[in-house]
Amino acid sequence: MRHLLSAADLSREEAITILDTAATMAATQSRAIKKLPALRGLTVVNLFFEDSTRTRISFEAAAKRLSADVINFAAKGSSVSKGESLKDTAQTLQAMGADAVVIRHSASGAPHRLATSGWIDAPVVNAGDGMHQHPTQALLDAFTMRRHLMPEAGTGAGLDGKRVVIVGDVLHSRVARSNVDLLHTLGAEVTLVAPPTLLPIGASTWPCRISYDLDTTIAEQAPDAIMMLRVQRERMSSAGGGFFPSAAEYSRRYGLDAARFEALPGHALIMHPGPMNRGLEISARAADSDRSTIVEQVGNGVAVRMAVLYLVLAGNEGTPS
Amino acid sequence: MTDYLITGAQLPEGSITDLLLADGRIAATGADAADMAGARAGAQVHRIDAHGLVALPGLVDLHTHLREPGREDAETVASGTRAAAVGGYTCVHAMANTTPVADTAGVVEQVWRLGEDAGWAQVRPVGAVTVGLAGEQLAELGAMASSAARVRVFSDDGLCVHDPVLMRRALEYVKAFDGVVAQHAQEPRLTAGALMHEGIVSAELGLTGWPAVAEEAIIARDVLLAEHVGSRVHICHLSTAGSVDIVRWAKARGIQVTAEVTPHHLMLTDEAIRGYDPQFKVNPPLRTAEDVQAVRDGLEDGTIDIVATDHAPHPSEDKDCEFAAAAMGMTGLETALSVVTEAMVADDSRDFGWQDLARTMSATPARIGRVTGQGRPLAAGEPAHLTLVDPSARWTVDPAGLRTASENTPFAARELPARVMATFYRGVATVLDGQPQDGSTR
Repeated sequence: MRHLLSAADLSREEAITILDTAATMAATQSRAIKKLPALRGLTVVNLFFEDSTRTRISFEAAAKRLSADVINFAAKGSSVSKGESLKDTAQTLQAMGADAVVIRHSASGAPHRLATSGWIDAPVVNAGDGMHQHPTQALLDAFTMRRHLMPEAGTGAGLDGKRVVIVGDVLHSRVARSNVDLLHTLGAEVTLVAPPTLLPIGASTWPCRISYDLDTTIAEQAPDAIMMLRVQRERMSSAGGGFFPSAAEYSRRYGLDAARFEALPGHALIMHPGPMNRGLEISARAADSDRSTIVEQVGNGVAVRMAVLYLVLAGNEGTPS
Repeated sequence: MTDYLITGAQLPEGSITDLLLADGRIAATGADAADMAGARAGAQVHRIDAHGLVALPGLVDLHTHLREPGREDAETVASGTRAAAVGGYTCVHAMANTTPVADTAGVVEQVWRLGEDAGWAQVRPVGAVTVGLAGEQLAELGAMASSAARVRVFSDDGLCVHDPVLMRRALEYVKAFDGVVAQHAQEPRLTAGALMHEGIVSAELGLTGWPAVAEEAIIARDVLLAEHVGSRVHICHLSTAGSVDIVRWAKARGIQVTAEVTPHHLMLTDEAIRGYDPQFKVNPPLRTAEDVQAVRDGLEDGTIDIVATDHAPHPSEDKDCEFAAAAMGMTGLETALSVVTEAMVADDSRDFGWQDLARTMSATPARIGRVTGQGRPLAAGEPAHLTLVDPSARWTVDPAGLRTASENTPFAARELPARVMATFYRGVATVLDGQPQDGSTR
């Protein structure tokens, strides 16, 4: 794997290799000494043009557990705020010896440009770009689902036949796009539920079902996992696009309240990429239930990102034990 | 002044003829041409064997961005018109979104004068509809019309005149001097933050979409306004199937509407953006394959009147960046004829030949812009603006080899048919053997 730019680029075999590698990585994290020597002497640059402390720390922890050196580059207060271009910034970091670049950017496609424009040679890992993709988030979500929903399957398993419902602001969500692509590749059946204003015009061609009605979807699909997306309250106002009339209406129609939580199958996982708006898209009862994997997803993120960094930087040398 | 005796050229309708260019005019055609060439005492005659070449009236572009004044790093009037000559053009309309904006008699006269001094092609400045393109107050349209530049086309291109009252006033006002308002049809609220066509591809790429209806809604409004006030309206770079339908309906109703399509909208689709290459970022955006078929059909059946380049040069720093940050636009003067040839003339299933190309890329744009002496038939007594094209040639587009000052072409490394071999402007060869005739040789 040269780069990780989009979940859509991953074959089933590649995706399962990452999940299996992540399982190996996760197993090492219960040891007294968590650090592996796999990337010793290599430098990973976290190039964050957009604030995301959680994702940056997760990548930083992953790189350090593999013994890589880490340089964190935040656009705020940097030369970028003085007008330096992505190209110049990338080339500066390359000159400083970056072996891999983890990039977060508000512009969709920025990681793709970085990887394909000849500006740098290093592998590029997409840590979230605009409304496009967040492939490591989708991988950690799939990793979490596989652990809970396919506990006996072991390595090599996908998510065949599992039903996943993703609810909320699909239009602006790189998490939703990535999950649709990856879960489909892994054999799961995905249903997107959102008000029509928060679904992209072209979503009808995606490999998933589309619904505007959460109650009907829960009743008909009996999902194995339900993933609630973060809703930004400013999207209500006309300045923010006026995508829905009010928080109350959104919550009534699309929130995972107590009644909907009760209507889910007993084994269904409650997922959220975080940070949550409690009381808007998800109730405290659902978020704090024993079926919620929301905190576990964060922990699994480190193992998945260890796997990705390992595979783009040292993947040809086999999986570490 | 050198005379040119062009022998064996094919005229757009298919006949073969000789042409003698002398004193800035087509002095004779057919058998008379050689006789007259021999009879002109003291004249130096340059003979051009044009067998196998098609002679077209010099091409006229109704929509060019020359960037001067203000962005001479992207293009100047001289570099842009030199590129125009290489592309077969003898007249270009320079859009008003310069710095300062071409919204006064002074600025349009400056642009016109720079074109006269450069001598590569006639430059007809387009005047801004509103002061500073701000969409709030009409610019002094009359002063620009009566200036030395004799402006007849007015446009806020790059921006839409979205206030319906202001658009109505502009349409009414230009009737006083037979002007036309060229509308960049883009409803601004529906396209806030838009980066590409809204559809299947934008949804996958996570790029904010520019819906077709944002163009169609403005065109529908403006043809009705033009009908109401009895004025001419011209639609810039029409790009959607729905827009073609609206213009077709308006023409059937007798509304004075004309429309243009760009070469790139005849050829490329939004699928080109999958690699996030900013060379394909343009306004209006590249649309779907169905839209491309519709605009081709519209050009063939006359619903769309002309091809206009929307030549939009940008320096590399404005394109060599992430897609969202990149400037919109692509160059087009030097590739237009080849792209139209590939999309329309070379398509045997279409009824679109060299006569149609001459009509849509020369005669009709000159008529819409009220340019006298351009877009004329290649007949004795007419001004000597013409272009010789080798229809059998194929060439590969090399951005570094183009004459425009910028390299932002979407056709880089693409092989295209037909090549301009010679261009004559006011009887002077601006291009010979495909090469611009710089300095003393011209």
